[in-house]
Amino acid sequence: MELEIKNGTVYDPLNKVNGDRMDILIKDGMIVKKLHGKHEVIDASGKLVMPGGVEIHSHFAGGKETAGRLLRPEDGARTVYPKRNGLRSGSGYSMPSSFTAGYLYAQMGYTMCNTPAMPPLFARHTHEELGDVPIVDKSAYPTFDGNWFVMRYLKEDDPDKLAACVAWFLRATKGLVIKLVNPGGTENWGWGKNAVGIDDPVIGFDVTPGEIIKGLAEVNERLKLPHSIHLHPNNLGKPGNIETTIETLDLGKSIKTDKGRQSIYLTHAQFHSFGGDSWKNFESKADELAKYINSCDHVVCDTGNVTLDETTTMTSDGPMEYFLHNLTHLKWVNKDVELETAPGITPFIYSRKNPVHSVQWAIGLELALLIDDPFKVLLATDHPNGGPFTRYPRIIAWLMSEPYRRYYLEERVHKGAQKGSSLATLDREYTFSDIATVTRAGQAKALGLSELKGHLGVGAHGDVAIYDINPSEIDPSNDFKAVEKGFAKTVYTIKDGEIVVRDGEIVAAPQGRTYWANPVVDHELDREMLKDVEQYFKKYYSVNLANYPVQKEYLERGREIQIDARDVK
Amino acid sequence: MEKHTDVICPFCGTLCDDIEVHVEKGRVMEALNACKLGNAKFMSMNKKHRHLVPMVREGDGFVETTIEDAVERVARMLLDAKRPLLYGWATTECEAQSVGIELAEEVGGVVDSCASVCHGPSVLAIQDVGFPSVTLGEVKNRADLDIYWGSNPMHAHPRHMSRYSRYPRGYFRERGQQDRTVIVIDVRRTDTAGIADKFLQVSPGDDYELVNAFRTLLNDGDIPDEVAGVAKKDIEGALELMKTCQFGMLFFGVGLTMSPGKHRNIDNAISLVIDLNKYTKFSLMPMRGHYNVTGFSEVLTWQSGFPFGVDYTRGYPQYNPGETTSVELLSRGEVDAVFVVGSDPAANFPKKAVEHLAKIPSAVIEPHETPTTYLCDLKIPSAIAGIEVAGTAYRMDNVPIRVRKIMDPPAGLYSDREILKMILEKVREIKNGA
Repeated sequence: MELEIKNGTVYDPLNKVNGDRMDILIKDGMIVKKLHGKHEVIDASGKLVMPGGVEIHSHFAGGKETAGRLLRPEDGARTVYPKRNGLRSGSGYSMPSSFTAGYLYAQMGYTMCNTPAMPPLFARHTHEELGDVPIVDKSAYPTFDGNWFVMRYLKEDDPDKLAACVAWFLRATKGLVIKLVNPGGTENWGWGKNAVGIDDPVIGFDVTPGEIIKGLAEVNERLKLPHSIHLHPNNLGKPGNIETTIETLDLGKSIKTDKGRQSIYLTHAQFHSFGGDSWKNFESKADELAKYINSCDHVVCDTGNVTLDETTTMTSDGPMEYFLHNLTHLKWVNKDVELETAPGITPFIYSRKNPVHSVQWAIGLELALLIDDPFKVLLATDHPNGGPFTRYPRIIAWLMSEPYRRYYLEERVHKGAQKGSSLATLDREYTFSDIATVTRAGQAKALGLSELKGHLGVGAHGDVAIYDINPSEIDPSNDFKAVEKGFAKTVYTIKDGEIVVRDGEIVAAPQGRTYWANPVVDHELDREMLKDVEQYFKKYYSVNLANYPVQKEYLERGREIQIDARDVK
Repeated sequence: MEKHTDVICPFCGTLCDDIEVHVEKGRVMEALNACKLGNAKFMSMNKKHRHLVPMVREGDGFVETTIEDAVERVARMLLDAKRPLLYGWATTECEAQSVGIELAEEVGGVVDSCASVCHGPSVLAIQDVGFPSVTLGEVKNRADLDIYWGSNPMHAHPRHMSRYSRYPRGYFRERGQQDRTVIVIDVRRTDTAGIADKFLQVSPGDDYELVNAFRTLLNDGDIPDEVAGVAKKDIEGALELMKTCQFGMLFFGVGLTMSPGKHRNIDNAISLVIDLNKYTKFSLMPMRGHYNVTGFSEVLTWQSGFPFGVDYTRGYPQYNPGETTSVELLSRGEVDAVFVVGSDPAANFPKKAVEHLAKIPSAVIEPHETPTTYLCDLKIPSAIAGIEVAGTAYRMDNVPIRVRKIMDPPAGLYSDREILKMILEKVREIKNGA
């Protein structure tokens, strides 16, 4: 099948295309230079054309995601999606059900979504559910923050077996990325305790969060993984946590990478940029984090914007969710996972009238505006924690329009946001190219998938989003409502050369790929490490080793990224 | 002889995955490590008690028919009905459940599982107050206090205590049994109570009061000398163990969910556990019965947003337990056809519900003869999931495990998944034709 997208206004930052009028050609699902045969033509004159969006951090599928849906039938009843056009029905405002999530992302022009916290023991669930998320390509990040094997090898100072063991877990769980959530804190949560600083002890294992982070960042580079470690640091959501955040990021300074990308990916930075020492003198420290990130090359972050909605918070940071539950006294789910991690869930109502929530709203925007290079600060709400992903169009409009932000600051949110943040003083407005960077190009680059994703050059996947926005006519600063509406639904979303959305309606729902990393280490080392794994498994896990790895049946369109790491021995 | 190791037992929610099954010439010779219930399920493969061809009711008896005819009859029954009920799902694999949900959506029916008559109240309570829980390996490695309330694992989940709670050695519990305390709370001295360190005999129907007594004391209130048939000093003694343990676990069964108070009992029990977290680490878990009843609520929740009792009559999922759940729908005569897969409602639903079930058109996919197959109009035999068919099942702590296929089904039998797919295709064919 061949397709020509004619005469659109194209923004493709990775190829330095900045609003040029040009044609995009797709053959057999890939972007090509030339078409030969008869082909379908889409006239994109006066339309905004970008590569398919890439979601780098969204809890849209997995064990705790489903537990969050189960916990909140009130969220399901709030928004329903009837069955039509041969598609599946669904429900959920803050936490849409699986099919619906795939449709909604595609309607916004997204063609790849990554679910960022998969407890390895629940990997089979995650992949089963990913199979029910149509259209978009996918991946999952297994969590290593409280992994007993990791802590044991760190304590024994055996970096080779540690690397081999991480490689084994990626293979067994069909995961793509090393994810860390409140390192060490989730293990301590097994006893109802936490680890808030990088030097706190992990009970029973004689290691520290700092050692876990540094050790795994080094392993990540030895295994030559596409992405860096994906880090949710300790002490999330507490006043004054900026100190912990900066100390944590310092750990990545000495990590050498030859991948040309960050060595630490800091996720939902908003929740880690708090000043003050109580909720009373709570304030933004976005400026401090932005200054740090501007002055170094080893950190990329995403914003973790708060959108002022009623939502369902869910993280693998069990102690944090309990802390939140004690603040709100709303219902609380905990799901500690043996030898691995500790997810938790609780609803949260962000209120415009609340000074703390309003400052949080400001921090997410401040970060995006204060960090100079948009490749270093990507757009995400940590869906659904800061707000649902369906709010992205509004965040885009905020970023592109100072008047829109001013309207919120002066008339919509609590006055505390003006005092507690510097947002009122920021007049930067994002360009369409900046938006293309923070919603697709930057994500693809940070993930190490920029050969195939996030751009429109020859050899990329034929994933394209066409929006009904005419960049040469619109003034985003004043027409912010038109920007918000324009990014909410595409005129066309094209996935692998196939039209999946037309005029905002889903017209096809093919199965996407699932990417996973398979770093292959030295065979002898692998065997030695597996002996330890076998012994541990029998004694401490509640399932047998033979029943643990995710079978191939669970990945309908699995894409293995094989990496030669045999120099690890 | 074929030796199959690491086999998963498709019987109860404990989902033991260390069974070794010996098969010789299509016969199960042994099922090592299995408990008496699991062993019985594996050994029953040798009995000649299964029906092997689809049968349709004619007059007072049944006559044989083909699978094609049976599939078409089910498809037409579901399409002719205004509001069909698709019920069961606890003893089949998630892949079949997924097709079943799609079928319910396609025909605009109600889909519900036996959680409706079992741990449904637990779900309602979770939706009210939450659910602090852990996986079973956490219990094995950390727990020094296990409470079984309204649950008798010695008979219902025979290996639960040996694998996860009373007996195993864990990372932080190296001495196994000696490092652990067990409390049993029940209306009678069960066999589980016999191996407990402490037994509290609650008077029938008064579980709620006993939970309240614990919570009152915990929150600095006072209680009478006896509550729910239990002496104050025993309540205080048990509470002291709860407050001072390092890692406590409350396992609860249908004795708590289905006795008077229902979801309010669980609501209160969860609140007790949440209160206890101010003192120590404490969690709870329902003792789920059928091996994959948990899986159904997982699949239905990620696909529709709701865990059981989902009504697709309006083209989108609606969930309102009491209105959209099987017993109520049947008792009030609000469904006009029933399709049962992997369950036996005639054996355990209230009389009024079963009477309506017997009146309206009904079909069942079921490997064995059951009270439901006697009542229904059409019965389709199928392969046995977890022994003759591989697929996913979710343990009582929501851990997903792939059940294995260790032998072929008798010739001519299809899996639940295949039969459901045929019905779904036929439904679409008929709809498109019309």
